[in-house]
Amino acid sequence: MSENNGYEPRIVGFLCNWCSYAGADGAGTARIKYPSNMRVVRVMCSGRVSPELVLRTFRQGADGVIVLGCHIGDCHYAEGNHRTAKRIPMLRNLLGYAGIHPDRLRLDWASAAEGPKLAEIVTDFTERIKELGKLETK
Amino acid sequence: MDAGRHPNVELLTYSEVVDVSGYLGNFHVRVRRKPRYVIEDLCTGCGECTEACVWKDRVPSEYEAGLGKRSAAYIPFAQAVPLKAVIDPETCLLLTRGKCNQKCVQACEAKAIDFDMKDTYVEFDVGAVVLATGYDLYDPTRMPEYGYGLDPDVITALQFERMTSTSGPTGGKVTTSDGRQPEAIALLHCIGSRDENHLPHCSRVCCMYAIKQAHMARDKTDAEVYQFYIDIRSAGKSYEEFYKRIQEEGTHQIRGKVSSVRRENGRLVVRAEDTLLGALVEVPVDLVVLMNGWQPAEGTKEVAQMFRVSLSPDGFFLEAHPKLRPVETNTGGIFLAGACQSPKDIPDTVAQAGGAAVQAVKMLARGVVDIEPTVAHVITERCTGCGECVLVCPYQAISLVEGKAEVNPALCTGCGTCVAACVSKAIVAEHFTDEQLVAQVIGLLAQEEPAYV
Repeated sequence: MSENNGYEPRIVGFLCNWCSYAGADGAGTARIKYPSNMRVVRVMCSGRVSPELVLRTFRQGADGVIVLGCHIGDCHYAEGNHRTAKRIPMLRNLLGYAGIHPDRLRLDWASAAEGPKLAEIVTDFTERIKELGKLETK
Repeated sequence: MDAGRHPNVELLTYSEVVDVSGYLGNFHVRVRRKPRYVIEDLCTGCGECTEACVWKDRVPSEYEAGLGKRSAAYIPFAQAVPLKAVIDPETCLLLTRGKCNQKCVQACEAKAIDFDMKDTYVEFDVGAVVLATGYDLYDPTRMPEYGYGLDPDVITALQFERMTSTSGPTGGKVTTSDGRQPEAIALLHCIGSRDENHLPHCSRVCCMYAIKQAHMARDKTDAEVYQFYIDIRSAGKSYEEFYKRIQEEGTHQIRGKVSSVRRENGRLVVRAEDTLLGALVEVPVDLVVLMNGWQPAEGTKEVAQMFRVSLSPDGFFLEAHPKLRPVETNTGGIFLAGACQSPKDIPDTVAQAGGAAVQAVKMLARGVVDIEPTVAHVITERCTGCGECVLVCPYQAISLVEGKAEVNPALCTGCGTCVAACVSKAIVAEHFTDEQLVAQVIGLLAQEEPAYV
């Protein structure tokens, strides 16, 4: 694990337009620091993130994928994130079969007002991916 | 009143919407009309049935906040629209026990009373909907430290309001429960509001009605008036001036939230920390008035589900944009007015109601609507008609037409949940296609250094 200490993982974050993306924006405005390893792709709703999209992202060389959406009950689209809450954990269970550690995929919720929480989640996730190191794909 | 008289307005009171289908411009609404046991067209509002009812002056009146009594056959209040009697099915002897000598029927000259009335349903098509379902007051019995419901001299602001009204149950006299003139009155702000254990939000209107009631208390009695507040929020035209005025009238302002009210030596002792003095204060008073906070009206969740609108974390209806689209919802054709969106006072409610009405009329008068370009569409050749997208769509925007999915762009909001669900890749979310998202991923991952975008 120690040889991974200097490794900067590449993480792709799918952030929903209404909560998490705005939350990331808020974190920036408030000058809250979090690792720059996460590169953000904006989607309208976390419900847009299909399992296939996550797998394609891993295939493109991402070491970790994080999906961030509105809290359950706060979804801009009423219940779009209910689907996310089912899909992503299901995919996590299956990732192991593909040789990808389930911890490389994370789902969490951050509202537009939760910049600090978002920074905390991303920091935590980045640390975990650093521990896991580079994702070796054949 | 004006709405009741307007030739283009049909009022359905004592009714509730039970089902809504369709979309902006084409809503189909089904309404249950509860039986009022009085034929509206015949009732003249004379009130003879109220006088004749065996329950006369025995049922606590909702309008008088429990201070006054009404009959089982009653007119809710003097300015009710429509000014028609209604029979309360929960107290009426005939309706609850099936036995009554029906004095109301004998008293009614118009022959308007009909105990055989049943629920009726009306259905109609509308182009737009304005939700104005209001609010409920926070139940102060959930904060037993203030003694509401335990001590008869702890009352709510609404009860105090009725007490100060010259047409109210006491004829405008402010008295304690045993009929004495109070020597001191305490007004407690933020009961339930701005409290993480109860309602985190500010109910916004209580400061101003508390100030008004402080004025009324000084006007109607010789009592000392103590206001216990966290902050006085008197933003609004002439509000701050009014606050200044009641200070000049000799009311006492104590900045601190009350921790308890207890009975001691026949008086109520209000205990609080005066945060300006940095000292604990205990004030003996004779009457305690609670400014209870506002919460979403009962049934708000059900209404939200029925009309497919979202709720904010505080449980009130969520507007489309807090600043730029405050009267619209994210569901096209559904607008918001009044306290169902957030606590607000009368001027703000009137302004928002006007705004909502104009937005609705504007949409209908124009005849066409602008929709976001980010809607989904189906590639018909790929669609297998499995119907998975129909199930996941939060807006019921997708339907199966001849075995193929079809997106109604007027209903679609572009969330993309269907795209993620489609196993045949037959639905495309415009501007958020798989190709576009993957292209972004490739671009982001291609750089060796973390991207600064």
